Amino acid sequence: MSPPLTRDDVAKVARLARLELTDDELDSATAELTKMLAHFADIDALDLDGVEPMNNPTHLANVMRDDVEGATLDRDEVLGEAPSVEEERFRVPPIIGLDE
Amino acid sequence: MTAPTTAIDLAASVRSGETTCAAVVDEAIAEIEARDGEIHAFNHVAADEARSRAAEIDAMVADGVDPGPLAGVPVALKDNMCTRGVPTTCSSKILGDWRPPYDATVVTRLREAGAVVVGKTNLDEFAMGSSTENSAFGPTRNPLDTSRVPGGSSGGSAAAVAARYVPLSFGSDTGGSIRQPAALCGVVGVKPTYGAVSRLGLIAFASSLDQIGPFTHTVADAALATEAISGHDPGDSTSIERGPLDISRQLDVGVAGLRVGRITDLPTGADPDVVERLDEAFEALAVAGAEIVDVEVPAFTYGLTAYYLVAPAEASSNLARFDGVRFGARVNAADTNAMYMATRSEGFGAEVKRRIMLGTYALSAGYYDAYYGRALKVRRRIADDFASAYASCDVMLTPTSPSVAFEFGSKTDDPLAMYLCDTYTIPSNLSGDPGMSVPFGTGEHGLPVGVQVLAPALEEARMFRVAAELERSAP
Repeated sequence: MSPPLTRDDVAKVARLARLELTDDELDSATAELTKMLAHFADIDALDLDGVEPMNNPTHLANVMRDDVEGATLDRDEVLGEAPSVEEERFRVPPIIGLDE
Repeated sequence: MTAPTTAIDLAASVRSGETTCAAVVDEAIAEIEARDGEIHAFNHVAADEARSRAAEIDAMVADGVDPGPLAGVPVALKDNMCTRGVPTTCSSKILGDWRPPYDATVVTRLREAGAVVVGKTNLDEFAMGSSTENSAFGPTRNPLDTSRVPGGSSGGSAAAVAARYVPLSFGSDTGGSIRQPAALCGVVGVKPTYGAVSRLGLIAFASSLDQIGPFTHTVADAALATEAISGHDPGDSTSIERGPLDISRQLDVGVAGLRVGRITDLPTGADPDVVERLDEAFEALAVAGAEIVDVEVPAFTYGLTAYYLVAPAEASSNLARFDGVRFGARVNAADTNAMYMATRSEGFGAEVKRRIMLGTYALSAGYYDAYYGRALKVRRRIADDFASAYASCDVMLTPTSPSVAFEFGSKTDDPLAMYLCDTYTIPSNLSGDPGMSVPFGTGEHGLPVGVQVLAPALEEARMFRVAAELERSAP
């Protein structure tokens, strides 16, 4: 069905998932994922043409509520659990500009 | 161990004033403190909160106010359900010492029913696992044989009931994480119909599969608990718009005339002792008046593959929120991207990383159609096959777990071997139908065997009727 998974593929996937893997972790992840995907090839033989994908067991779609005010989380309680806060906001390290 | 006390009996004695909630809660906490050092069912015991709630319950009873159907019943919650002001960890380092700013809807409903939360139980990190060995805080031991796992991922909740700390606990079931540990610990475990119980405040693993349900010693307790937490919640957009499930009143109806399906093309791999107990369960139901019919569910066997593409795909998206910005732990770095990478690499354990990677791959450009897209079609096939089978039967029986409780470390080196523990439970998560495990005799080493009862969506009452018959006739 698909070309074999390479170490580079796994490194790319890790990057997309914002995970840093050591060389050893990369090796074992490549081996494990390869083994799993081989097992999951059992569905390759199925003829699934025309089968409607099912992403949810309910028949609900676009569930809306009335546009009325309701209770919200307590701001101080929420911010009190954040790793870093400044002036009632979540504080993060610089997002852009470090590379220039 | 003390004699089993049911939630129903405890609630009756608290409601009547025969005993106080304070005494019941004190006893539960004392049992946990005395014995949980070895078992490690709990991540956190909320003793102060439980005692103050117990005082409120006792005051209500003294004032002639009924605290509800679960009056004074001490309960344990899997540590992936949000409890306001009480640590909620998912057994992961990444949540640090986070205390949620809100209660899960299930927690609110339990409170309204008079129950008292005594603590939060251990799990495989983010509910990913079948043995509770993947916890950042160390494994839970099976109270029936401490050299063996309790199953998972809700192993702590199963153990808390099996160890008789509490008569009632709650877990979440994404691919069998309530039913399999229930089977391995010799207790009753229920996965309700998808959408019957609110997921608001359940930290999401795979949103289209996750469902909360109870662990108990008796089928009647499980029925009462399922009723108490079910019913529409406007805060969960996948919540079915109907009232609480109505189960308890029909428990004693019996199974005469019910058609019980035996799946002839069920995947093989269950141990002989498990197969023998299942055969005896069919016989017991036949003796009680049920008709045993052969049915086919051809796509059942593809459940494992569909699940291990769909669930990690959803998990890779859901777990993107753990980035060190708004809650939990953060590993500082020079810029945000480096901070995300460092926080997630440090905070997640090996199995969580494995599933995030698998899911990210299944969703990535070029592979989406081949993996995730095809898995969703297989999922439809499974749901359709169940629906066809239910045209000729009312419920189905299968093993819950392929084996009795296994020894620590026996599957940790082979993720796929661990995944196979959920062969029989996964398909009903994909279809959304309810399933439950009922203890039915013992197998190898005298360890408990569970039989799984499956029913069509929202037919919990029928499923429980069969479970009650199995409970009455269990060897």
